[in-house]
Amino acid sequence: MSSAVIDKSKNYINHEKGLWSWLTTLDHKRIGILYMITVMAFFLIGGIFAMLIRTELFTAGKTIVDAAQYNQLMTFHGAIMVFMVIIPGIPAFLGNFFLPLQLGAKDVAFPRVNLMSWYCLIVGAAISFFSLFYHGADTGWTFYTPYSIKTDNGTILLVLGAFVMGFSSILTGLNFIATTHRLRAPGMGFFEMPLFVWGLYSTAIIQVIATPVLAITLLLLAAEKTMGIGFFDPALGGDPVLFQHFFWFYSHPAVYIMILPAMGIISELITTYSRKVIFGYKAIAFSSVGIAAVSFFVWGHHMFVSGQSEVAGVIFSFLTMLVGVPTAIKTFNWVATMYKGSIQFQSPMLYAMGFLFLFTIGGVTGVMLATMAADVHFHDTYFVVAHFHYVMVGGTLMAIMGGIYHWFPKMFGKMYSELGAQLSFAFIFVGFNVTFFPQFILGAQGMPRRYFDYLPAFEPLNQISSVGSWTIGVGFLIGLWVIIHGLLRGEKAPDNPWGAKTLEWQTTSPPPHENFYDQPKVTGGPYEYR
Amino acid sequence: MNTVNRTAGEYAHHFENADHEFETSKFGIWLFLCTEVLMFGGLFVAYFLFSNLYPETFVEGAKYLDWKYGAINTAVLLLSSFTMVLGIYYAQNNNTKKCVTSLSITLVCGFIFMFIKYLEYAHKIEMGLLPGEMFSFAEAQSSNLGLYFSVYYMMTGLHGSHVLVGMGLIFWCILRARKGEFNSKYYTPIECVGLFWHLVDLIWIYLFPLLYLID
Amino acid sequence: MFWLNNAHAGNTFMPPQASNFAESVDSLYGFLWYASLISCILVIGGFVYFAIKYKRKTENDQTAYIAHNTTLEFLWSFIPFVVFLVVFAWGWKIFYDMKRAPENALEIHVVGQKWNWDFLYKSGKKQTSEFTVPVNTPIKLIMSSRDVLHSFYVPAFRIKQDVIPGRYTSLWFTATKEGRFNVFCTEYCGTGHSSMLAHVNVVSMSEYEEWLANDPYKGLSMVEVGQKIYQSRCIACHNLTAEKKIGPGFKGLFASNKTFTDGTTGVANEAYIRESILMPNAKKSVGYENAVMTSFQGQLSEDEIAGTVEFIKTLK
Repeated sequence: MSSAVIDKSKNYINHEKGLWSWLTTLDHKRIGILYMITVMAFFLIGGIFAMLIRTELFTAGKTIVDAAQYNQLMTFHGAIMVFMVIIPGIPAFLGNFFLPLQLGAKDVAFPRVNLMSWYCLIVGAAISFFSLFYHGADTGWTFYTPYSIKTDNGTILLVLGAFVMGFSSILTGLNFIATTHRLRAPGMGFFEMPLFVWGLYSTAIIQVIATPVLAITLLLLAAEKTMGIGFFDPALGGDPVLFQHFFWFYSHPAVYIMILPAMGIISELITTYSRKVIFGYKAIAFSSVGIAAVSFFVWGHHMFVSGQSEVAGVIFSFLTMLVGVPTAIKTFNWVATMYKGSIQFQSPMLYAMGFLFLFTIGGVTGVMLATMAADVHFHDTYFVVAHFHYVMVGGTLMAIMGGIYHWFPKMFGKMYSELGAQLSFAFIFVGFNVTFFPQFILGAQGMPRRYFDYLPAFEPLNQISSVGSWTIGVGFLIGLWVIIHGLLRGEKAPDNPWGAKTLEWQTTSPPPHENFYDQPKVTGGPYEYR
Repeated sequence: MNTVNRTAGEYAHHFENADHEFETSKFGIWLFLCTEVLMFGGLFVAYFLFSNLYPETFVEGAKYLDWKYGAINTAVLLLSSFTMVLGIYYAQNNNTKKCVTSLSITLVCGFIFMFIKYLEYAHKIEMGLLPGEMFSFAEAQSSNLGLYFSVYYMMTGLHGSHVLVGMGLIFWCILRARKGEFNSKYYTPIECVGLFWHLVDLIWIYLFPLLYLID
Repeated sequence: MFWLNNAHAGNTFMPPQASNFAESVDSLYGFLWYASLISCILVIGGFVYFAIKYKRKTENDQTAYIAHNTTLEFLWSFIPFVVFLVVFAWGWKIFYDMKRAPENALEIHVVGQKWNWDFLYKSGKKQTSEFTVPVNTPIKLIMSSRDVLHSFYVPAFRIKQDVIPGRYTSLWFTATKEGRFNVFCTEYCGTGHSSMLAHVNVVSMSEYEEWLANDPYKGLSMVEVGQKIYQSRCIACHNLTAEKKIGPGFKGLFASNKTFTDGTTGVANEAYIRESILMPNAKKSVGYENAVMTSFQGQLSEDEIAGTVEFIKTLK
């Protein structure tokens, strides 16, 4: 607990010692660090799977693994990256650390629940990985019925693991909504909140509303596999397409769980490194909430050729177009923020610009896929694979990397090697485009996704793509080195190295256990660069 | 934070005062209840979809449920909700003894509910009225009567598991109440468990007519 | 600059245009490409220009305080909105046509299964992994699946539809070019998903009629019949060499000694091969515990089974 005498040498890292103090901590900052370690470990595993997939696809036919092994790699790559990396990546790691700091609070509303959500992730992940010892799972991360009902029972473990990890996400979202509503610093109204908080808040709404539907869907799938309840089995009067509706009712909003907080980070980065007030604060804030709201009514755009009714397809296509508008607004606002700014080419800003570049491409191809007749051709081809990697990796992962470098001095009180971070960025950015741009062409030419083998005509572009993936791998290894080197050898960081205006920069680096020595009071907007 | 002395009206370090903490906890529980509604929502959607597709199957299925059992259970849960409210009322008025009694009656109601549920399940399992593939009741008219029982078991099973969790939480409240941990300044756990218990009752009030009373 | 010639027919980017839908889908696609290109130039070009022009000069730079601009914000909300509405309506129009087969369309039943496609003609003719249609004639495919979801995709025709067990879905098209085009399965269906290939042969009406009247096995020896069956039915899972693919390779299979998962042993004679075709899970060899083979019961005639057995016997 806080002591009366202020000792500035104590911070959240060194005020208690030992592994046990970390595993039982209720401090949101420490829980954030726990998430950072786990998410990075899962990212490494998922990344290795990705490298294996691309290496297998280097040549047509068998290269290093057989079809059954390939399908498992593909399934686990997807499940790990979605459930264990991107969904907890921003909210549970960076959000946990910085939401209370940006709000000027001492902690999140429910610290015990916060710790419990981390354990849910760990337990869920352990159950999922355990399935690898029971023939694994080969359904793809989407678990489509009836294939998932008929395939090996290792799938049940992956499904149950995802179910448990869902609770992690629900609890985090619930905590963040309560924290945002109830624990803002004196003087901070909703429109004085930083845009990262708006992003997390919109995300939390989706986590709370959509994830329970995933939970029941996965429970029904597990019951289907163990008891044959027949909800999704045509032989018993059920409907396999119903599963897709249930699944995408969660999983489409889930892609906004992945991108909304990323957009929040980008708003922070662009205003900080342009040293300029954000352009259209309210437009960005409202478009976050707007995207979250519309996201619940667009799931059917994954199902234009699934056999859903034509009317449904038309409605879903139209609503999907509506999501495009707030997304476009945000993008233009970020560009406008840079106008007449003072732009510093620090590595977080490079990642922010990388985000703008890749996300724009991901966005416009998203409009193509929302157009029904075009989607008929592109659906389930590499065009879709390229599109969602541009949005999820080019968007979310770029934002995570930018966010890590931006907040690294605050989290650890140390600086990182700027040169290393820029080198890592160059490899990732170039490698990313080399990997995924050819996949747009492959998709347009008709190469379906989830293919272990492909026609010889597709080989050259696949080889370019594989080489690109190894380049990304090198980039992330350099990034890992930058982080470890910064932790061990980094120079001591000042409290506010970037001249940023939000509250987390007003405390020491690293922050004390209770976040602030004096309760901060807020008198204006979060980005008053004058 | 674990050292906070609740009986003196203290609160965790990141709140402004005890009221602030209480209101925040209640806000959190309401959010949690939203997630519960959505989780059951998936099953309700499936129910309405299948009952629209196969109305005769659902009418036939309901014939094999005894509405009297369902009605008794509805009454039992309504009573338990009332005693739950009483429990909170007595905690607010520093009447630990009556608070424990009320909560205990609530817990007993939970046991009665689960016992009746057990009787119903046992009877159906014996008849072969089982979900989906395991369905083995010879006199079924509809070819997919098993689907109705899948819906029945999934809905009542998920609900029953919530009753069990609720009973565990009520038991925990009783233990803490006996130690005199609740008073007019601090009764957050009973309040929150109470909200959860009311939701569980409410869901049953929807399940009862939907499953038992179809004509 | 592949995207520049993309809006025109005969581009380098999309597959050949071989159906009535191909041209209209491609012009929509071309429009989307140009619109996307312009947006990307605006956004990416814009921020790159600003980044260079407003690069930080000194540590004490002051910046303009521009919090918003209503006209600009209205424009960049409204213009994308209009563009989105246009592509939505355009996409809907083509989709609308795709969903409405002409009444006089020639109907062919398609049945998907792990991991090949069956095509059933009204004349009673049946083909696997390859089907033939007349050019310039509307064709309607009535599709279903024997096991899990599949999806029927002909890139050259720009059409795709999921195939679902327990219900019928349909597709229609008019082939506008003679030739042989790829058919892919695009809904993940397991180990052999990427081997679930088929072809559509588009021929002239007279050739089609001749083909329809023809006995596919006329003048073929039993081994040749078996070879045809192998090409359409077995190739997804079995090699002609001894190497394992999904199931065992066929070379040297006949008369070899087998150890089964229940511990018994046996010789791969004619009876065993026949049983493996009709009841694949009755006796599984060690090493193939997790391999799943679809039963061909009711799908192959006695002549075809006999031909397949004889064909395997030749692979020594």
